[in-house]
Amino acid sequence: MQIDKQELVDFAVTARKYKTLLTNKYMNRKTWSNPSPYEIQSYIPGTILDIFVKEGEVVNEGAPLLILEAMKMQNRIEMPFTARISKINVEVGIKVPKDCLMIELESIE
Amino acid sequence: MTLKKNILALRQKKAIVEKGGGDKAIEKQVAMGKMTARERILTLLDEKSFHEYDLFVEHEERNFGMEGKELAGDGVITGTGSINGNPICIYAQDFTVMGGSLGLKHARKITKIMDHALKMKVPCIGINDSGGARIQEGIGALAGYGEIFYRNTMASGVIPQISVILGPCAGGAVYSPALTDFVFVVENISKMFITGPNVIETVLGEKISQEDLGGARVHAEITGNAHFYALSELECLEQIKELISLIPHSNQQKAQKVEPKEPKFHKNIENIIPADPKQPYDVRDIINALVDDSKFLEVHELWAANIVIGFGRMNGETIGFVANQPMYLAGVLDCDASDKAARFIRFCDAFNIPIVTLEDMPGYLPGVDQEHAGVIRHGAKVLYAYSEATVPKITVILRKAYGGGYIAMNSRHLGADFMLAWPGAEIAVMGPEGAANIIFRKEIMEAEDEDAMRQQKVQEYIEKFANPYVAASKGYIDAVIEPSETRGLLLHALELSQNKDDYRPAKKHGVPPF
Repeated sequence: MQIDKQELVDFAVTARKYKTLLTNKYMNRKTWSNPSPYEIQSYIPGTILDIFVKEGEVVNEGAPLLILEAMKMQNRIEMPFTARISKINVEVGIKVPKDCLMIELESIE
Repeated sequence: MTLKKNILALRQKKAIVEKGGGDKAIEKQVAMGKMTARERILTLLDEKSFHEYDLFVEHEERNFGMEGKELAGDGVITGTGSINGNPICIYAQDFTVMGGSLGLKHARKITKIMDHALKMKVPCIGINDSGGARIQEGIGALAGYGEIFYRNTMASGVIPQISVILGPCAGGAVYSPALTDFVFVVENISKMFITGPNVIETVLGEKISQEDLGGARVHAEITGNAHFYALSELECLEQIKELISLIPHSNQQKAQKVEPKEPKFHKNIENIIPADPKQPYDVRDIINALVDDSKFLEVHELWAANIVIGFGRMNGETIGFVANQPMYLAGVLDCDASDKAARFIRFCDAFNIPIVTLEDMPGYLPGVDQEHAGVIRHGAKVLYAYSEATVPKITVILRKAYGGGYIAMNSRHLGADFMLAWPGAEIAVMGPEGAANIIFRKEIMEAEDEDAMRQQKVQEYIEKFANPYVAASKGYIDAVIEPSETRGLLLHALELSQNKDDYRPAKKHGVPPF
């Protein structure tokens, strides 16, 4: 809580910029970014039980991609729309944190 | 002769149980840098004031090798005593007895002393140092926790409840502290979490230490579960003594009044605040210049530092302060600051402590993270808490009071009893720059020199609206005052509100946006 340890920064609340210190929590906050539909991320931390697709393969909307086990539930992750699998970043048996980029897609057009 | 023999036998019996888990276990406790449960109670309470209850209570579990196992006091010490002459009920879990694990009888000792505190209308202090539920007792341990939580809730708002975390406090056990009014933690000693690092690693693959997951600093700064943070057990016990002397024994009383003292601070109070509304200062300097003896006990010092809450005395009487802190995040209200202020206001209201609000805030914190974290729902708690409170409510607007923030920070519209403003106060719907950009958008866009026109219009807005006189002309502010008059007027307002009576419609209870 020592004031002289940190530097005052400009901090805009509305149009006006105030000189102030930032809290650690504020500095460490995640900035929001628009999620890409081409990135399949884990919505919950868990374990990859099975993977049904291969890199380069074109997969139809609704087809199963993988099984993500979390909190004793086997969650089937499905293809959101028809596309090509460009990259698979996980393998069977590994644990993934929340928001882990598991599979990358690319457009087939 | 027989009586004398009986007395000796009693002394012997007591001496054995008072040893807790025995020398070896005590050695281990000390090696961890911790005091024993009994030492903690004796250090915290006034000398010779502690009277122990239920020393000879024994568990009744017969399964899993528990039959015949003797556990001193079933792992918890309970009793009554006083702190600086204030009567209290207390319990302390004894980690040297089977890791302070909670079985049914252990829990029943706790609920008995809680019932006692509630009946006698005295504060209840719980010192937590326990490995958790005694697994051998199964559902009995769960029943025990549940019965404690139920009493925490029944006692809430009737007697002050204090939790002191001096060891592990994990799983279901964390919910008793969470239900109480004030939680104290100590660096390197306190650990609180629902699921520990081992479970998190097995289930989720996330590696984290106990300290990083739920150590004292984490709860004092990030989660806000802890209200007071200390570097040692002794410092922690001193903080509890200070708090107990500032709060009443129950909701039927007022806090103990002490001899009034003038603030130690002698500088001109108006020099603390920079004239430029964009420059920060430490609002605690203002509080220290206003309270008796310049003594202020800050609550939640590390968490949501953009708002300051705590207790000080004025004219010898305990006052709760809520103040925007321009030193951090310009003093905005965000989710955490709203939760922090709202719960404090409700504590003050429940326990007859007048609230003084010092306002200097630019509004609510903008940002996707804030909106998505529910700043609407959290921010509403502040409005609810202020509106609901019937204790004397006084606001001093030091500098900025914009928009929703102006309404939220105990405005006249939410039922403030006294609204005072310093002459430099800017009470408006938003900052002049933002307001001018909207109101004079057309003029600014059509001007040959946009910037010059914008500057002119901002200046126009400042002169016309960024002052306390518009609000004062409508009676929303009772008086525009000189800073040096602040303490005197606060003392007068508090004196005048001694017998304040304020009615609320009859209801079972409200439904605040928890």
